[in-house]
Amino acid sequence: MGLRITKTTIAALLITTGLVLGGCQSLQHEPDNRLYMQLGERSGIADVVEDLLYLIVADERINHQFKGMNVAQFHRNLTDQLCELSGGPCTYTGREMRELHADMGITATQFNALAENLILAMEKNRIPTAAQNKLIKRLLPMYPDIRHL
Amino acid sequence: MTRLVAQPVKKLWAGTLVTLGLLASPVVMADVGSRIWATGGVTTIEGSAGGGLVPWAMLGSYASDEEWGGTLALSRAEVDDYSLAVTGAGLNWNNRIEVTVARQTLDLDSLVFTLKNGFGLEQDELNQDIFGVKVRLVGDVLYSPWGQWSAGLQHKRQRDFTVPNAIGARDDSGTDVYFSGSKVFFAAVFGRNLLVNGTLRGTRANQGGLLGFGGDLNNGYEVMAEAGVGVFINRQWLVGAEYRQKPDNLSFAREDDWWDMFIAWVPDRRLAVTAAFVNLGDIATLEDQQGIYLSLQGSF
Ligand code: HEM
Repeated sequence: MGLRITKTTIAALLITTGLVLGGCQSLQHEPDNRLYMQLGERSGIADVVEDLLYLIVADERINHQFKGMNVAQFHRNLTDQLCELSGGPCTYTGREMRELHADMGITATQFNALAENLILAMEKNRIPTAAQNKLIKRLLPMYPDIRHL
Repeated sequence: MTRLVAQPVKKLWAGTLVTLGLLASPVVMADVGSRIWATGGVTTIEGSAGGGLVPWAMLGSYASDEEWGGTLALSRAEVDDYSLAVTGAGLNWNNRIEVTVARQTLDLDSLVFTLKNGFGLEQDELNQDIFGVKVRLVGDVLYSPWGQWSAGLQHKRQRDFTVPNAIGARDDSGTDVYFSGSKVFFAAVFGRNLLVNGTLRGTRANQGGLLGFGGDLNNGYEVMAEAGVGVFINRQWLVGAEYRQKPDNLSFAREDDWWDMFIAWVPDRRLAVTAAFVNLGDIATLEDQQGIYLSLQGSF
């Protein structure tokens, strides 16, 4: 009797585990927009990019690079890019990253300055630490393109 | 200098005032480098940037590739029968090369009696100077998929060799060579960033050099493995642990590996405060030395 119950329990556990795992797997097939939601959707991201712009303009280490840029276009394109990257329903239509930054000769100092400003802009908009880290993680592959390495 | 060394506590306070003075100066504030918060590590007991006991591949201060940076640090370890005070300073050029100096003062406390009765020696402290250089060979701890890799030297000079000599150490100076890799994995632990460090060190030092270099059991270089891991709770708080393998060159007393568990608070680039629980094992016949480590670092 005791043995049967144990066997039944194990079977039940196995089935439940199978269902849960299966469920998780099927969930993963849907687009994962959790990060997008944590960033406050497109409007939340647009606020972060706006604050980022203010910080860039005030930052002596990098503002010279941005002289004469089209602010509205930069704001729209970067917002779309971060939106798409975080799993949101946007499509980036701006210029290609490597080509765009190629002639700027962006140094490690300047890249760090921009990363710092992005973090500060996210903090100002109360983006949770985990969401900040996840967004940066998704931006990392662009590092060699931006630095033209 | 001797007078100052004899009063590590006074020196600690004087240094603290100097450090805080620097921190409060707006001119200096403006010059703190551009690397991301806490990526300079803190100052190890040997002066090189890293954790508390293990040098990491990151260079000290926040200097990025177009900048100079510097650090000043005061640290103290209080274990059961000893206390160690460290004053360290470092310079970083372009996040490429780090040059450091450190002075260690080990108060022998309880060992004084052993030395007097067993060896007829009257000595209550050991001093050592460490001159360090570390070069970032390749990579960036945050941005490179393969992390950051550095190599360094620590040239150590005993200032009081009588005791190490009496217990069998061969030399009063020595040079450690190390190779280090560090990498931050973003959003790796519950969305938190994970820092991983590995270091290989070639050394002949007994207890880091405080008990001299080489000995009767072994007199040559040996390769020791050291490691550290930390999790950034957020950008101001890092908690972690370190492990440091050690040689065992002297028959006089067994030497153990070291480990610690630390928490570091980096409110901004100018200041880092580190507290740790350290276990230094057996030291010069006195068993199971554990206690508290505290370190204050200013960057400019
Ligand atoms: C991960 C880091 C970075 C990302 C994801 C990024 C992304 C972008 C995007 C999406 C645009 C707009 C493209 C368009 O309008 O077609 C842009 C433009 C620009 N970026 Fe970056 N960027 C990064 C780092 C940097 C850095 C470090 C600098 C210089 C310090 C920089 C300087 C510029 C400039 C000057 C423009 C062009 C403005 C204009 O003329 O329209 N970027 N970037």
